[in-house]
Amino acid sequence: MKVTLFATCLVDMFQGDVGKAVVEVLERLGCEIDFPEQQICCGQPAYNSGYVKESKNAMKKMITAFEHAEYIVSPSGSCAYMFKEYPEVFKGDSLWEPKAIALAAKTYEFTEFIVNVLKIEDVDAQLEGKATYHTSCHMTRLLGVTEAPYKLLQNVKGLQYVDLPGKDRCCGFGGTFSVKMGNISGEMVNEKVDNVEDTGADILIGADAGCLINIGGRIHRQGKPIKVMHIAEVLNCQ
Amino acid sequence: MAMKTSNDRFHDRVTKELENQFMRGAVSSAQDRFQTRRLQQAQELGHWEEWRSHGEEIRKHVLENLDYYLYQLSENVAKRGGHVFFAQTAQEATAYIQGIAKKKNAAKIVKSKSMVTEEINLNAALEELGCEVIETDLGEYILQVADHEPPSHIVAPALHKNKEQIRDVFKDKQGYTQTEKPEELALYVREKLRHEYLTADIGITGCNFAIAESGSITLVTNEGNADLVTALPKTQVTVMGMERIVPTFEEMEVLVSLLTRSAVGQKLTSYITTLTGIKDEGDTDGPEEFHLVIVDNGRSSILGGEFQPILQCIRCAACVNACPVYRHVGGHTYGSIYSGPVGVVLSPLLGGYDDFKELPYASTLCGACTDACPVKIPLHQLIHRHRQVIVEQEGKAPVSEKLLMKAFGLGASSPTLYKMATKMAAPAMSPFTKNHTISNGPGPLKAWTEARDFPAPNKNSFRDWMKNRTKGDEQT
Repeated sequence: MKVTLFATCLVDMFQGDVGKAVVEVLERLGCEIDFPEQQICCGQPAYNSGYVKESKNAMKKMITAFEHAEYIVSPSGSCAYMFKEYPEVFKGDSLWEPKAIALAAKTYEFTEFIVNVLKIEDVDAQLEGKATYHTSCHMTRLLGVTEAPYKLLQNVKGLQYVDLPGKDRCCGFGGTFSVKMGNISGEMVNEKVDNVEDTGADILIGADAGCLINIGGRIHRQGKPIKVMHIAEVLNCQ
Repeated sequence: MAMKTSNDRFHDRVTKELENQFMRGAVSSAQDRFQTRRLQQAQELGHWEEWRSHGEEIRKHVLENLDYYLYQLSENVAKRGGHVFFAQTAQEATAYIQGIAKKKNAAKIVKSKSMVTEEINLNAALEELGCEVIETDLGEYILQVADHEPPSHIVAPALHKNKEQIRDVFKDKQGYTQTEKPEELALYVREKLRHEYLTADIGITGCNFAIAESGSITLVTNEGNADLVTALPKTQVTVMGMERIVPTFEEMEVLVSLLTRSAVGQKLTSYITTLTGIKDEGDTDGPEEFHLVIVDNGRSSILGGEFQPILQCIRCAACVNACPVYRHVGGHTYGSIYSGPVGVVLSPLLGGYDDFKELPYASTLCGACTDACPVKIPLHQLIHRHRQVIVEQEGKAPVSEKLLMKAFGLGASSPTLYKMATKMAAPAMSPFTKNHTISNGPGPLKAWTEARDFPAPNKNSFRDWMKNRTKGDEQT
């Protein structure tokens, strides 16, 4: 099966290891990876800040870059959801709306793709440790992917899972919110890290680079002995 | 209390409130309590999503036919001996109620909880005439005694205070000598208020729902204070936002079921009272004169536009209790009597963008509010829509941000420019980078790095790795 990878700009620029893990896991599961060089940012930072007009340029480039794809897979629920929002953005545009609808229909978040399309729940991964999982808001509430990450984590050998208290609560990232309202965001991530610490876990797993950079940044600042991993990195451990 | 509650700058309010550890402790524990109980009640009732859809359908239907139901309501109120006044503005509403107070020579007025009377600044208008106005909802009473502090929550106005602080308010202002035990505090206020009900000339209430088919109003409380406010004084004035209507008792029951569960996690509150018209022959209590003041104050401009769904609101505050931003900053930060997600959407619409342009940015767009709303208002989408209006129509976005976004539009329009930017990122950030970490970032990163580190950009981007890999030259 040919999978077209929508890596996201955060992974491209800051979290290269996450991208590599995604590629390796999907290949191991029998997929052939295609990476359109023309892909850029999905436009979410500008779009969510209210600059819808400015964000449309990026969106059109993305629609074109992924037009040929059969399945589009992204290691970020938030960025995948942005693709799902494109039809709304181009509503009434006779040229771009149909293209946006086609793009949205073939877009999947990484864990959702493995569980619901590949129909695989055990990827034969192994990782020793006590882990907790951060549910990202856009991935669960907007994209509706709630079960897939847990199903995959359940089958990771050696991994002991503990529930995260207040797991439905936003970590305070919120894209530009984290710099525009830096002090509120800082208090939010502080509470999140306290919750992670309360679980006694030594690994924090998430499925969205934005949240992980945020929570990981706070853990790093406080020098806590908690390893932060994207779920693709966990599934890539053998 | 008018809608706007502070003249301080938004960012100063944030800084001040974040330092208020008492408030933050009180708010987060109240949020946890409300949330847990709400979810339990929703589960126990069963079919919660169907209930929400039903609630949404009722509210939408009323808004689509608001003219019809307003007419029906006013006809039926009049049939039962009541007077109806349509106030287009806050001033028209307060002037009408001032007129009643003058005519009745009112010295004392008791009030049950009402956000719309806060919105139109009714207490100040009545105090101007020399009337003594007494709030009888326990939370509102505490704030009134505490030098008219603004409410920090639309259902639990004194949520930001803990019991010790409440004890101190009564001690400092009224010479209270007992302890901070909630039972003692409640009994103290109860005894004080009982006397006020008996000697008041006018009772003023808000309105949870007005029932069009019968001309009735429904009041939902846990303290029973609204019942005394409406039973004892000879004159009753009820003030309602023009959208707070249900067609019949049947829809009222659905919405009350959603309201009590969503607001406080109760199947029913202690008192749910429906009142119709004036005291009838043979009735032992009730007002001899009844006025229903229906307030527009900006609502009809929302109707028919893209923000119309906010008029579905039944003021349960489930969104406030679910909001992770409210959790840390509390209600006073919003600078409006309407706080939390509903306040973020409503305040700029009713009070203008000049005073409330920062509020739509006080959200991570996490969607917890939308999920919690019992009548399915797409709150986070409306917040996002405000941002778009601020940028595109109001022109109120900061210049530096506009430039940045213009650059984004340009950079994102060209994959070549984008690639160049990603390549430049690592060298550009290198002066701020130590061990692959940025701990004291420049520009917009400064606010980020106050609380946390930021990763340094990859030296080689993921796309380069990918490119080399496809060439068969695998590098890690």
